[in-house]
Amino acid sequence: MILDHIASQAAGPGRSSSTNVLSRRKLLQAGAAAGGGLLLSLSLPFSNGEAETADADGFAPNAFIRIEGDGRIVLTMPYVEMGQGTYTSIPMLIAEELEVDLKQVQVEHAPPNEKLYGNPLLGGLQATGNSNAVRAAWQPLRQAGAIARTMLVSAAAKRWNVDPASCRAQSGEVRHAPTGRRIGYGALAADAARMPVPESVVLKRPVDFKLIGTPAKRLDAPAKVNGTAVYGIDVRPPGVKIATLAQSPVFGGRVKSVDDAAAKAVKGVRQIVRLDDAVAVVADHMGAAKKGLAALVIEWDAGPHAKLNTNEIVRELEKATLDSGAVAQSIGNTDTAMANAVTKVEAIYQVPFLAHATLEPMNCTVHVRKDGCEVWVGSQVMARAQAAAATTAGLPLDKVVVHNHLIGGGFGRRLEIDGVVRAVEIAKHVDGPVKVVWTREEDIQHDMYRPYFFDRISAGLDDKGMPVAWNHRFAGSSVIARWAPPLFNNGLDPDTTEGAIDLVYALPNMHVEYVRVEPPGIPTAFWRSVGPSHNVFVTESFMDELAAAAKQDAVAYRLALLDKTPRAKAVLALAAEKAGWGRPLPERVGRGVSLQFAFASYMAQVAEVEVSKDGTVRVRRVVCAVDCGTVVNPDTVQAQIQSAIMFGITAALHGEITLKDGRVEQTNFDSYQILRMNEAPAVEVHIVQSPESPGGMGEAGTSAIIPAVANAIFAATGKRVRKLPIDATALKQPA
Amino acid sequence: MATTIKINGVDRTVDVDGDTPLLWVLRDVLGMTGTKFGCGMALCGACTVHVDGVAVRSCITPVDGIGTSAITTIEAIGATAAGAKIQAAWLDREVVQCGYCQSGQIMSASALLASNPRPTDSDIDDAMSGNICRCGTYVRIREAIKQAAQSNG
Repeated sequence: MILDHIASQAAGPGRSSSTNVLSRRKLLQAGAAAGGGLLLSLSLPFSNGEAETADADGFAPNAFIRIEGDGRIVLTMPYVEMGQGTYTSIPMLIAEELEVDLKQVQVEHAPPNEKLYGNPLLGGLQATGNSNAVRAAWQPLRQAGAIARTMLVSAAAKRWNVDPASCRAQSGEVRHAPTGRRIGYGALAADAARMPVPESVVLKRPVDFKLIGTPAKRLDAPAKVNGTAVYGIDVRPPGVKIATLAQSPVFGGRVKSVDDAAAKAVKGVRQIVRLDDAVAVVADHMGAAKKGLAALVIEWDAGPHAKLNTNEIVRELEKATLDSGAVAQSIGNTDTAMANAVTKVEAIYQVPFLAHATLEPMNCTVHVRKDGCEVWVGSQVMARAQAAAATTAGLPLDKVVVHNHLIGGGFGRRLEIDGVVRAVEIAKHVDGPVKVVWTREEDIQHDMYRPYFFDRISAGLDDKGMPVAWNHRFAGSSVIARWAPPLFNNGLDPDTTEGAIDLVYALPNMHVEYVRVEPPGIPTAFWRSVGPSHNVFVTESFMDELAAAAKQDAVAYRLALLDKTPRAKAVLALAAEKAGWGRPLPERVGRGVSLQFAFASYMAQVAEVEVSKDGTVRVRRVVCAVDCGTVVNPDTVQAQIQSAIMFGITAALHGEITLKDGRVEQTNFDSYQILRMNEAPAVEVHIVQSPESPGGMGEAGTSAIIPAVANAIFAATGKRVRKLPIDATALKQPA
Repeated sequence: MATTIKINGVDRTVDVDGDTPLLWVLRDVLGMTGTKFGCGMALCGACTVHVDGVAVRSCITPVDGIGTSAITTIEAIGATAAGAKIQAAWLDREVVQCGYCQSGQIMSASALLASNPRPTDSDIDDAMSGNICRCGTYVRIREAIKQAAQSNG
């Protein structure tokens, strides 16, 4: 049975647009589950893959809800858990409308299948990224819950021969108050599968939410505090060997020669695998593998990038910003307005390459047999991992089984499948399963990096100091162009420009251009966002420069430009108030503000920063106000903001990957530092109540904190930070 | 060379080179994967275990240097008074995100609490700054340690 029309009658403010789209599409199918019970198959909206994956009726389900005879509710969903709380927030959506306890909903991870589980907001790819799991699932999963509830109520009413309107669903059962009868969902599931799918369902009004908006305990927490949680690196198929590897220190280099005599003599070392551009040591345990690796004498042919240094890449980027690029946004007439401006402000900004440094190092376990291949890995892109393993192993897709595991930090790193390819290459030479584990040094030196960006930005101010012209051009890599080519069009992609265009401010004349430059000899990738992590630093630092040029208060200056964006104005005013904006601070302590609209959420942050005499920067306190629409799990929103702030401060203070002679210079947590407990600020999060659709939350806090810290440094020292990471030596107090 | 070490109250004999770090004995030889690998250089704390109650980085602790000392890992820390309080506070304050570093965080925090029932902010900084959390759960780790300390009565 196919439902092709759902009129969601409870659409509150801001929900009408998605409802209209939904109503024209077939999006849900209900019927009997294998083994009895009720099965709902859903098609999440906006799927780009729809045309090719839909069946004859135009229906392409990608999420499934099963209500079993024993009352269990099982959700099969395509999003993965990497710390962001998805395994908790997504089940809340179904449980809310289905009137069950969150505990009753079990999550099963979807096996790799792009046709079934493609993410509608990531071009139909089976991927978890861009902070969009809750955004994509918000409407359809609540509707599915309401439909299942309606069918269960119909089944009970039919059994009791009463009017469905006299029945009520509550706590996993249907109740008939006039007669006091009640029956559990499990006992109704088979009958419910034969009920007609309702033509329309009424979704709960926000005021009636019992779960959504209430802090919920993470379902994955207990196993993570007692050591029983199994990450990819923890899998131990019978007979597994452990391998570690050395890859060409220069990207694009090759192995010239290997002397492995000493390595083979190490106790526990079983095998040396030589590939074109890497050597792996296979052993009984990682201790032996590492000892063997250290004993290898490898001569490398460094290849074409043997002399590459970061400054050459930067020079190319700088040069590229002198020519015009693709126009990302153009409003009014910026040239004329600039020519007529009373004051002109210009600046150059730069952000570095960054590694992900997930705490779980890269790893992948593979067993290649003649007739098949098994892979154990924590991945944000299951279907891609499967396809890559099949291609590398030379096997048909259906001979490759991928087991997904908890992810010890994603941040975009596990949207890439280079590690799977490498592990399969090694496993092809090994008899039996092999777990390939990157050392931390290999993990950092063979990451795929957040791109370097070089920005030229200028503005013209009127006689009151307000911006009448805004001109921004930047150059750097487009990750999307490689990762999802169909989304790169006319020299632009939706990620690289996010945070540079559609600013919250009223800017009458604005012109933004992007020049795509792919750096040689260093691969680039997503990194807890790419666009906003770069653009918001530039635009919000520059907005601060304009306020300073106009000799105005940084908050008041921004507020004056926000009459048309009340949600932005509200978060800025709230953050400023809660932070005590304007209250006096000691010498060399300053407050800095930032404001952004990114990942469909509005956020303002105020950072309070102390700069010691030697230039060391310490972020003491951060106040964040956020309007992310309807909040599903407020505790997760708070946790994600706290997390993203630490991630952003790490980047602002410490983060930098540099190349010398083609080699990444940073190796471990001594040379690639991560913020630690003694550097961590107090964080206050204030959530604005909002009836709007949910915005993304996993990444927004990272982009917002970086300019807030930089602006606070200006307030504390009068020194403007235009290049990251922050250079402490430039902030030393003059003697 | 066969070496016998006492882990969570049980004698275990392993046949590895004496300079093999305890971390790999735990994870790869004995299959106790709750203790995590993060850096291999005692820079991140993910591999923290207790040796006679003291928080130690197992990634740089050679197995032949342990002798008769008692090793406690995340798998058994809940059986200690401090460990149980820390784990309960971790769940109550919803500390974990990706969770990968949390075995090490909990081992460092339990050692702190066992030796110092009323840690100050500065004590917490000293005891916990060797443990990196890439998800940045520091705010909640600090709160959870304070909450566990309060339950010391």
